[in-house]
Amino acid sequence: MSEPLVIVGNGMAAARLVDELAKVALGRYAIAVIGDEPRLAYNRVLLSSVLAGETTSQDIELRPASWWRDRGVTLKYGCIATEIDVGRRELKIENDESIPFSKLVLTTGSSPLRLNVPGADLAGVHTFRDSRDVDLLLTLAAQKKRVVVVGGGLLGLEAAYGLAKAGAPVTLVHLMDRLMERQLDAPAAELLKSLVERKGIEILLNANTAQIHGVTRVEDVELADGRRIDADAVIFAAGIRPNTALAKEAGIPVNRGIVVDDHLQTGASDVFAIGECAEHRGVCYGLVEPAYEQARVLARHLAGREAAYSGSTVATNLKVSGVSVFSAGDFIGGDGSESIVLSDINNGTYKKLVISDGRLTGAVLIGDVADALWYLELIRTRQPTARIRADMMFGRSLATRSEAA
Amino acid sequence: MTIVDPDLRAVKTTCAYCGVGCGVLATPDGRGGAAISGDPEHPANFGRLCSKGSALGETLGLADRLLYPMIRCGEGVMERVAWSDALDHVAHRFQHIIARDGPGAVAFYLSGQLLTEDYYVANKLMKGFIGSANVDTNSRLCMASSVAGHRRAFGADTVPGCYEDLDEADLLVLVGSNAAWCHPVLYQRMLVNKQTRGARIVVIDPRRTDTVGDDDLFLGLRPGTDTALFSGLLVHLADNGVLDRGYIERHTAGFDDAITRARNIAGSVGATALATGLAEQDVATFFQVFASTPRVVTLYSQGVNQSAQGTDKVNAILNCHLATGRIGLPGASPLSLTGQPNAMGGREVGGLANQLAAHMGFTPPDIDRVRRFWKAPRIATHEGLKAVQMFEAIARGEIKALWVMGTNPAVSLPNADGVRDALKKLELFVISENVISNDTVDVGAHVLLPAQAWGEKSGTVTNSERRISRQRAFLVPPGETKPDWWIMGEIAKRLGFGAAFGFTSAADIFREHAALSAFENEGARDFDIGALQALSNSDFDAMAPVQWPARQGAEPQARFFGEGGFFANDFRARFVAPEVPALRTETTAARPLRLNTGRIRDQWHTMTRTGMSPRLGQHLPEPFVEVHPDDAARYGVADGDFARVTTDYGQCTLRIIVSERQQRGMLFAPIHWSAANATGARVGSLVAPLTDPFSGQPENKATPASIVPYEYVFRGFALSRQPLEFPAHAWVARVAVNGGHGYLFADNADVTGWQSWLKSAVRDDLAEYKDFGGGVYRAASFSGDRIDTCLFIGPAGDAGDWNVVKGLFAADALSHDQRRMLLSGKSADGLANAGPIVCACFGVGRNTICETIAAGARTAADIGSKLKAGTNCGSCIPELKRLIAQASTRDAVSEKLAAVN
Repeated sequence: MSEPLVIVGNGMAAARLVDELAKVALGRYAIAVIGDEPRLAYNRVLLSSVLAGETTSQDIELRPASWWRDRGVTLKYGCIATEIDVGRRELKIENDESIPFSKLVLTTGSSPLRLNVPGADLAGVHTFRDSRDVDLLLTLAAQKKRVVVVGGGLLGLEAAYGLAKAGAPVTLVHLMDRLMERQLDAPAAELLKSLVERKGIEILLNANTAQIHGVTRVEDVELADGRRIDADAVIFAAGIRPNTALAKEAGIPVNRGIVVDDHLQTGASDVFAIGECAEHRGVCYGLVEPAYEQARVLARHLAGREAAYSGSTVATNLKVSGVSVFSAGDFIGGDGSESIVLSDINNGTYKKLVISDGRLTGAVLIGDVADALWYLELIRTRQPTARIRADMMFGRSLATRSEAA
Repeated sequence: MTIVDPDLRAVKTTCAYCGVGCGVLATPDGRGGAAISGDPEHPANFGRLCSKGSALGETLGLADRLLYPMIRCGEGVMERVAWSDALDHVAHRFQHIIARDGPGAVAFYLSGQLLTEDYYVANKLMKGFIGSANVDTNSRLCMASSVAGHRRAFGADTVPGCYEDLDEADLLVLVGSNAAWCHPVLYQRMLVNKQTRGARIVVIDPRRTDTVGDDDLFLGLRPGTDTALFSGLLVHLADNGVLDRGYIERHTAGFDDAITRARNIAGSVGATALATGLAEQDVATFFQVFASTPRVVTLYSQGVNQSAQGTDKVNAILNCHLATGRIGLPGASPLSLTGQPNAMGGREVGGLANQLAAHMGFTPPDIDRVRRFWKAPRIATHEGLKAVQMFEAIARGEIKALWVMGTNPAVSLPNADGVRDALKKLELFVISENVISNDTVDVGAHVLLPAQAWGEKSGTVTNSERRISRQRAFLVPPGETKPDWWIMGEIAKRLGFGAAFGFTSAADIFREHAALSAFENEGARDFDIGALQALSNSDFDAMAPVQWPARQGAEPQARFFGEGGFFANDFRARFVAPEVPALRTETTAARPLRLNTGRIRDQWHTMTRTGMSPRLGQHLPEPFVEVHPDDAARYGVADGDFARVTTDYGQCTLRIIVSERQQRGMLFAPIHWSAANATGARVGSLVAPLTDPFSGQPENKATPASIVPYEYVFRGFALSRQPLEFPAHAWVARVAVNGGHGYLFADNADVTGWQSWLKSAVRDDLAEYKDFGGGVYRAASFSGDRIDTCLFIGPAGDAGDWNVVKGLFAADALSHDQRRMLLSGKSADGLANAGPIVCACFGVGRNTICETIAAGARTAADIGSKLKAGTNCGSCIPELKRLIAQASTRDAVSEKLAAVN
């Protein structure tokens, strides 16, 4: 008799966990997936592509229904889990029967933060998180509504890009003096800004959203310096918050996220958490790669194998608004470090490598990211780079050719 | 008169460079350029050209040309003036100085690149009418010792042999001649003889140059000991019964004194070896092969001539040929190789301070004859000052007016810095030039007169085998440039000598020159081209290459002296007893080495022409000094680094080439670079101005010198469409490159300073690579997809690959990948190129994906299973699908096309 394993959340982490479990523990667990979104798990990273019209909503589905069926997974989507009874090992579902579990995995993800400013509750103020948000934003864009996106991080840029591509006039306001300040240094952010601006998006930096004006609906956004921007809609994309309520109410220890150990186990035995909702060694990851790594470790653990998760070296490595962006490690480079910089702004390229103690310790790349993974490997392995310093900037093939020569 | 063929057909002309005098076919392109090829019918080269000649087409640009007369105005700035004003000014100033200080206070300094007609007018004006023999030429630096040696031995400056001798000789002895680089077409001719007839080649030179083939006998003698070697040879010939007693008896004088002196200098093989530093075995081999080979040509060049005993060296060689009667016979003769296209023409005209005209000297009968021919009552009656002495007289203030034509004495003369200082003292300094700037012009000429250049001017030149060939115009003269003869004729008219200078064409002048050569000659003078004195203008235009003598009514004659007939009263040649060989200077602890100077393969003189050719800039782009490995170790200099070379006269900073081809104790530096194209590389400034007592030729190849390392932390290069001005602290060598201007440089200043320097010089679209911690800065500015300017600097070896970047600079447009890799400064050839990254998670590039699609992948999942692309975050899946769709569209199109076909 298979053990009942219940996964709460039907996102990318859940899908990957099922996939990994099928590889290492096929048949050991009777898996049920409970998701509140009314559709099969999809690739959330591609939502901006859907918004931009580069792909369709159907196309981003991670796995067809048959795939889940073949793995004996009971899928319950459009269902809201309301309570974990840790003692009885039961999960309560809104308007439905409770489900017993022997193992429970929380993959509840995160929610966008809504700024606590006057007018934040007006009609026309939205977030950008799931498939339903995309449908709504597409409607706005189709009507050429003027949209203000609040937040110049990855999410905000993606929303702005998608909306602009879908036809909406977009203004992006960002609190900081540069875009993606947690991933980019100033020149990289400046180049990204100019590349994004070329796509027709207006960007305001040092723009602190003070208030959203409107009677019933959004009419304009007022910044702390008094500037006002006409808007038919406002999208909050200024950060996310792990979805921890379910765990917290069950008495499971929660910090910013649900606290897990190196086996991804929460404070409650047989209850696990992975993905954006989890907090491992004090870090909540907001990217897909750590979630996948966690899924792999957890699957092996659940299969009874030796497996431990020791954290991820976070790298940002994706296309932001159609621009390739990579950032890893100590990309600013403090005292005692040296920077090597290649910039070809008109060609849309900026690359910076940070070296400390003869090792690559950080990198930022805009435009030309061909060797991003090699740099990440160099950062992770801490291998000495003196011999390849002269050519490292121009890629692995040149650097290793020189090294061989 | 310049007529450019409207059909742009090939024009036959003669090469602008060395004394081989190769025939060139120039086919103008109608846009100021021309296609260049060798003239298959010209007997000097039969269609062959060397690297320099082949690249003549790359040297026709007008960027550096002087196009209008210019006069230094009150504020010291050169201003364009009308020809009439420039000519009036020059004539007036000359007249004033001559009237005040006498004709000895003025001088002309000419060039072996002038045409014979130009030379003739200059010589006639100065010697015949101004009344001074202060007319000398850069040929003084080149083959004056040969002239003096010829005159001492033969009674005239006669080249006895001809190029055909090189085909027919069984032994070719090259003395002080790197013919492989300096006279390449003749050298190739010698190689053909070696390969087809088995001729033996012996090379006598302190340096093992490229002229020495693997199977040749190389005699790397100590500098200045050639006379000992040939004295020893004469003794050997005498002691082994190889002398031609009959020839000596009938046609020569002075043998006994000569052989006695030879025995004193080098009386045996052993003594010769001792005197020359050669191995006895090598000396013996040379003597034996010379003795046993009647058909021997001894070719000699600057290694012999540029010496304070150059004339004696020449005579030591000539002695051996006279003593064996191996002169003027097929395959047997001495042959002086001249370095300039018309050094010989200058000699024929007499455009040297110690000759009068047309192979006549300053003897009373000759002076009288020329006075009557020219109707020149004021004709000069004694020799003038030879080049080195002329500039010393300028330095002393005795010569107050100088007119330089077509040469760059501030670079090429010994003690060149002293020359530069001397020129500043002139009251009147006139230059007829092609270029608007060179070291001589930049000293501060008062008047610049724009002369027509090769391809624009028309007249004759004479090569090393006495063959007169036409240089013909095939380009429209640019700006207001004029023939040199016209410029001088105008001055002559303004000085009141109009009647003697009524020339209207080069043909006019040539006819008078030919007539003078035949005037009261009757076979008494070797130089006689009387048969050409009545050529019509069209005959002159069509004139085929012709060897002199060309006596009226006499058969042509390719050689002299096979049956004697020397140009002395007794018709005998003279053996000359040379001085005991000794260099003029001693090395000391402070100057422990000797500096040899010379040419390199792909540059010529001061590079004002060859320096324009990108092709020629490739071979040896930087000024260098060659050092023997033992000396390099001893003085702490390393190959590729820099060194300061110092003599009592000056200092240069040069790149070091360590080479075993160089003799221990000697340095070699090429003569070509100047302040106009390099920093601290005026090698002429190092050379001692010590001259041969007979020829006045300076000893350019043995100046005592020292060498110390000079460290430059940074090396770099720059390429630009526009000329760049470099900061004064940098060492820079300029080199022509395809598409613009190249600069190789070295520096010790902070690299960040170079960033500011570049940013002040270029436009906005700048790509930069900065590794300031590693001392590296590379940057390129673009206009569109084309590099506009780029700069690469780094610690030695890290700047980047000059050749790779030069190739990209030459391109009209860089591809995306080329631009991406440009600042690596390295070739991206052969590197795997995955293309722009599509899958960021797994680093999979577009090219890789397209290859997989081409190999059959039809879905994103197919690609994922093969390359992992799209299997992590999946954000590239839309792009994967697009690439699949594009590929299938292409397939469909090509299927359709295939179906249509």
